[in-house]
Amino acid sequence: MRRYSAFAIAREALRHHTGWERAWKSAAPKSRYDVVIVGAGGHGLATAYWLGRNHGITNVAVIEKGWLGGGNTGRNTTIIRSNYLQDPSAALYEKSRSLYETMSQDLNYNVMFSPRGVLMLAQTEHEKRGYLRTAHANALQGITTRFIGPAEVKKICPIMNIDGPRYPVLGGLWQERAGTARHDAVAWGYARACSDMGMDIVEQCEVTGVTRDGARVTGLSTTRGDIACDKLGIVVAGHSGRLAEMAGFRLPVESVPLQALVSEPIKPCMDIVVMANTVHGYMSQSDKGEMVIGGGTDGYNAYTQRGSFQHIEETVRALVETFPMISRLKMLRQWGGIVDMTGDRSPILSRTPVENCFINCGWGTGGFKATPGSGWAFAELMATGASPLTAAFGMERFREGRFIDESVAAGVAH
Amino acid sequence: MPHRLSRPGRRIDPARALHFTFDGAPHRGFAGDTLASALLGAGRILMGRSFKYHRPRGPVTAGQDEPNALVGLGQGGRFEPNQRATATPLFEGLTAISQNRWPSLEHDVGSVNARLSRFLPAGFYYKTFLWPASFWKKVYEPVIRASAGLGRPPEGPDADRYEHLHTHCDLAIVGGGIAGLAAALEAGRAGRRVLLMEQDTIWGGRTVTDGAIDGTTIDGLDPAAWVARAVDDLSAMDSVTLRSGLMGAGVYDHGYLTAHERVADDRPGADAPRHRLWKIRAGHIVTATGGLERPLAFAGNDLPGVMLASAVRDYVCDYAVTPGRRVVIVTTNDDAYRTALALLDAGVEVPAVIDARSQVTGALPTRVRDRGVEIVTGSGLRAEGTGRVERVLVCDVTGDGTPTRRIACDAVAMSGGWSPVPHLWSHCGGKLTWNDERGFFAPDPDRPPVGADGTGMVSAIGTAAGHMDAAACLGQADTPVTQPVERLPRPTWIMPERAGPALRSKMFLDYQNDVKVSDIQLAAQEGFVSVEHAKRYTTLGMATDQGKLSNINGLAVLSDAVGRPIPDVGTTTFRPPYVPISMGSIAGEARGEIFQPLRRTPLHDWHEANGATWEPVGHWRRPYCYTRDGEDIRAAVSREIRNVRENVGLLDASTLGKIVVKGPDAGRFMDLLYTNMMSTLAVGRCRYGLMCSENGFLMDDGVVARLSEDTFLCHTTTGGADRIHAHMEEWLQTEWWDLKVHTANVTEQWAQIAVVGPRARDVLDRLGGMDLSRDAMPFMTWSDGTLADLPVRVFRISFSGELSYEVAVPANLGRALWDRLLEAGADMGVMPYGTEALHVLRAEKGFIMIGDETDGTVIPQDLGLHWAISKKKDDFIGKRGQQRSHMTDPDRWKLVGLETLDGGVLPDGAYAALDDRNANGQRKTEGRVTSTYYSPTLKRGIAMGLILNGPDRMGETVTFPGTDGKVHTARIVDPVFYDKQGARQDV
Ligand SMILES: Cc1cc2nc3c(=O)[nH]c(=O)nc-3n(C[C@H](O)[C@H](O)[C@H](O)COP(=O)(O)OP(=O)(O)OC[C@H]3O[C@@H](n4cnc5c(N)ncnc54)[C@H](O)[C@@H]3O)c2cc1C
Repeated sequence: MRRYSAFAIAREALRHHTGWERAWKSAAPKSRYDVVIVGAGGHGLATAYWLGRNHGITNVAVIEKGWLGGGNTGRNTTIIRSNYLQDPSAALYEKSRSLYETMSQDLNYNVMFSPRGVLMLAQTEHEKRGYLRTAHANALQGITTRFIGPAEVKKICPIMNIDGPRYPVLGGLWQERAGTARHDAVAWGYARACSDMGMDIVEQCEVTGVTRDGARVTGLSTTRGDIACDKLGIVVAGHSGRLAEMAGFRLPVESVPLQALVSEPIKPCMDIVVMANTVHGYMSQSDKGEMVIGGGTDGYNAYTQRGSFQHIEETVRALVETFPMISRLKMLRQWGGIVDMTGDRSPILSRTPVENCFINCGWGTGGFKATPGSGWAFAELMATGASPLTAAFGMERFREGRFIDESVAAGVAH
Repeated sequence: MPHRLSRPGRRIDPARALHFTFDGAPHRGFAGDTLASALLGAGRILMGRSFKYHRPRGPVTAGQDEPNALVGLGQGGRFEPNQRATATPLFEGLTAISQNRWPSLEHDVGSVNARLSRFLPAGFYYKTFLWPASFWKKVYEPVIRASAGLGRPPEGPDADRYEHLHTHCDLAIVGGGIAGLAAALEAGRAGRRVLLMEQDTIWGGRTVTDGAIDGTTIDGLDPAAWVARAVDDLSAMDSVTLRSGLMGAGVYDHGYLTAHERVADDRPGADAPRHRLWKIRAGHIVTATGGLERPLAFAGNDLPGVMLASAVRDYVCDYAVTPGRRVVIVTTNDDAYRTALALLDAGVEVPAVIDARSQVTGALPTRVRDRGVEIVTGSGLRAEGTGRVERVLVCDVTGDGTPTRRIACDAVAMSGGWSPVPHLWSHCGGKLTWNDERGFFAPDPDRPPVGADGTGMVSAIGTAAGHMDAAACLGQADTPVTQPVERLPRPTWIMPERAGPALRSKMFLDYQNDVKVSDIQLAAQEGFVSVEHAKRYTTLGMATDQGKLSNINGLAVLSDAVGRPIPDVGTTTFRPPYVPISMGSIAGEARGEIFQPLRRTPLHDWHEANGATWEPVGHWRRPYCYTRDGEDIRAAVSREIRNVRENVGLLDASTLGKIVVKGPDAGRFMDLLYTNMMSTLAVGRCRYGLMCSENGFLMDDGVVARLSEDTFLCHTTTGGADRIHAHMEEWLQTEWWDLKVHTANVTEQWAQIAVVGPRARDVLDRLGGMDLSRDAMPFMTWSDGTLADLPVRVFRISFSGELSYEVAVPANLGRALWDRLLEAGADMGVMPYGTEALHVLRAEKGFIMIGDETDGTVIPQDLGLHWAISKKKDDFIGKRGQQRSHMTDPDRWKLVGLETLDGGVLPDGAYAALDDRNANGQRKTEGRVTSTYYSPTLKRGIAMGLILNGPDRMGETVTFPGTDGKVHTARIVDPVFYDKQGARQDV
């Protein structure tokens, strides 16, 4: 692999950039691999990467039905934070966040991790108390967060209207080393590194069936032929239910559209990420200058990668209220992805009823931040059979009632 | 030089001069001008700077899809960045500033990027800025961000307002060119309800300007006359609504169409909404959105003075301005010859037409040739100049660019052919087919977006469907049309076709984002061969025009680079909106006070007038406390609590949910809904009930009163009312539809006032009308009657541990009852109390609060509420969930009271920590604080918490590290801190 650097760019500039090689090789599927990962989203690619880096397993294929990174990895609003409440989540997301800190250097690919800080607004007493609780939990989990008051909120985000009138800002949970990264670059950087380790990344290849010998998985059928494997990892986000069905088990997962939108680009005016959950919207500004905006999921299950206008309206309304100046910006485009939601809104990183078949899904609306950590932990689970980071995320937890509920706001005040 | 022509322009009124400023300099234009046409008329071509290289740019279009001429418009609360000068109607006093330049548009320091462009190819940022790691956030990113970003941010709250309009129609036709007008006439004559919209302020689309140039007639009329007649006819039809200045923005599932109307953009300060968003439910949608002209990719095609050929003739014919005195035309098709004719008619010199085709024999070229203009066939060109076009170098279009001649000129009109506008067709999944002959994607009528009934919900007509002549656009065989016949174009994707790297790195595809042919080729070389990858790697098509000018050319270049035919490469997805629309219009009226309509109890105004500190709860606002002169919040809360314990307090409990469950099967339903046995509750009695989710977690609680044999009144939490009502309905409608039960949420029908404290009964007795004595009305009963002549329903229930009555009256009498109570109790110390006092009072008694002690992960058993879970019932929602192994695990966090050793108050949200760590290195925990207060009654901190096996560990101490570094130690105690026997409420 030719290394990227400012020097390499200068060298190439002199010969009209004719020397750059493919970022990742385009591979045709071989007939057998030690491990096959289905789904070349960030999580699938990160899994392959850590299988190679941490466990020396490189006879690996990542199979993708479309173009790599074209699922939710390439559609999300790139918020990265680890200020989760429950211990198992906090461990996994913080592992992930810390891997983001060095990802550009690890991959020799600038993924533009920008730890600009994430602020989660408290606009009701109930919300405030929830964040005070999270701050206490985070302190014990080794995650640096802080509850800050309205004056400090205004200081770090001057374009925010903190005085209501409907929901005055009471403060917020501030994680300074949280932020954003360039989503495509994460997928491309991993793909390049995997390819460099000799792994096959097979695009335009849809998995259509899972073959078994009794209870054990033996391989796959795909639109580009059959592939045998010793171990299979399913990492297909919104299509998890479909793949599980092929493998012969059921998942407690629903697929719903989640939308996002961007404004036209403007000069820098917001240097942090703000999430306002009472009014349901969040916003940051991309390096290009677009305001990147998201909100809640659509209210029905679907596989179409688009959503209803009503949600866009609610989200924009919430943010115009929070950041009045965006009223005079224009919405440039909106889009949707299909997110895989579990009953407790936490992911599944698990063995399955099918031997040697593992599943990594259920990241729902918030898995981009988990990409490197999920890959790290899932690779460990697939390679060694167990990982402290995945221990709590087995799918048996739904049968046992051992939920990892991050949406604790399900309770309400008064 | 651009300048105003001494000829009439179709849109302008030279008798009405308008004054405006650009970057502070005063200018003059005419009514009907756009900002761009007025600037051209004033001799100015430089209107913007590109995004990445800060290259100087002039307008390339005369419409909404303009990528270059973006300006900041207005001032203060009316400032708006990134306005298309080409689509901004001029008005008196308009102020515009240029963007993305420093210190000035002419002298922009950022333009050094253009010099360095060789070192900044597509995706360069992925390959560099890697070291040192901390520099990305601190150094590189701020520099990159500051140099990107186009216009400056708006300044503050928007001074304008916006509105939504909802409408229905049988047929929504988007596009008021001849195709849309003809379709509307036909549907209107058939009596269908038609909404015809046109984004432009005038009707007729391209045919009016173009037809006037080439002499087209429709039905014997010139196009302008035909359009005028069509508009007249349509205006006379009752079932047809015509709207110009209304742009179809997005198509969504089920025939839902949004459209954007710029109502008062050109009248700042007018008493009108600035924009109006139309939400249209259409039986069927017709897109008659016409076509977009494609630029040509030749070196120097971004120099100011290079424009789309159609834009040039629009400027000439509609606005009487020309971008130059000597305009070279470069084309692949016959249409651009109209531009030549228009320029010639206006007296502008056309030194030559450079045509990529080797044979040029069509009617329009022949007319141009006949007027003495040289047509150079089989050729392409490159443009050169400093800061603007000064010459073109002609070359063989199939060659490598070796110049064959040089032509001095000050503008170039280019045409790469036309593509249908497929956006609205595609938003909801309509598919496209590739037309190889003409080089465009057009809607495939066999694969339309489908509606709820499985049939196509959108159709495309006219040029939007790929028709390039007037007769086909009209779609009416019986209407005679005369129009010059056009010969086929020669799709030409780069010019010349064998250009080397030096030329390719000057051929711009996406003007705003500075994506060149060489960038797409680099992307392909590096394996970004999927169209989505190439787009994302190079940012092609991601600028504010959303690829309207660049997409097809970019695709074609990519297709060539990867050696796959264009249709195999495919397009990127078309996303709404068609043209960017204001956030303000999306938000609509709902902002400020009415952002989310506030729900008000009948006592809201009284609270407001009497010192309430508000707290938002659900969509309500409740008084947190009522401060008096000189009091802070804490003192007010303490006073209110003490008063309840010693005298009597009033609480506005109107926000509590009140849901009536009625029907022969009401008892059965209630048994399924609540964990308690409700069917056995006697009429006239009350019972505290719990509701769980299917997973067994406690989700709401409240007192249930049995009003009659078949009627229950369920009280819910304030925030829970709507959710619980929906929950009931969901179960009734999807699972238990066989039960004969109705539910009604009557929360707002009643005002409810809690009268609480040792003197509660004395106050109520003074109102007179009911016997509220202990014998007549025992604890946990209710009764109808009158108090102070008001019809009331009184519940004898308590959430504070004191003697307490909750009195409900019809909402319109709420204030009267409140006033009576205040009067009657004046000498007994009656005073209102707020939610914080309510919380402390209940915590002193160890009563749980939904949302404090519960968080969606707590089962009633954790809270010691076993007594409220019926063991006799076969089933209730949550029963199965509570039988799962983790729920029945004896080692769970359970409710206890917590008393700090030093009497202080535990920090809210604190966790009880152990010294050791888990496998992931986190401190282990054994519980957490759920409620914590200073109790003025007990004069110390009290708290409730969930602690591992807490009830078995009474007297043990646990430690709570605070976030401030302090560690608090508390003893596990009984959660009932006050009046453990419960004597006070039962007097
Ligand atoms: C609008 C939106 C905003 C979001 N915002 C955030 C955010 O701010 N922060 C955050 O942390 N998360 C966010 N998320 C969530 C995040 O994007 C996802 O959780 C995460 O990207 C999932 O990554 P993945 O690799 O698991 O899935 P994907 O990236 O979806 O990858 C799955 C891949 O599997 C492939 N596949 C499916 N079926 C098959 C098959 N049969 N054969 C072969 N391949 C198949 C798909 O084509 C796809 O490429 C957001 C999501 C959306 C939609």
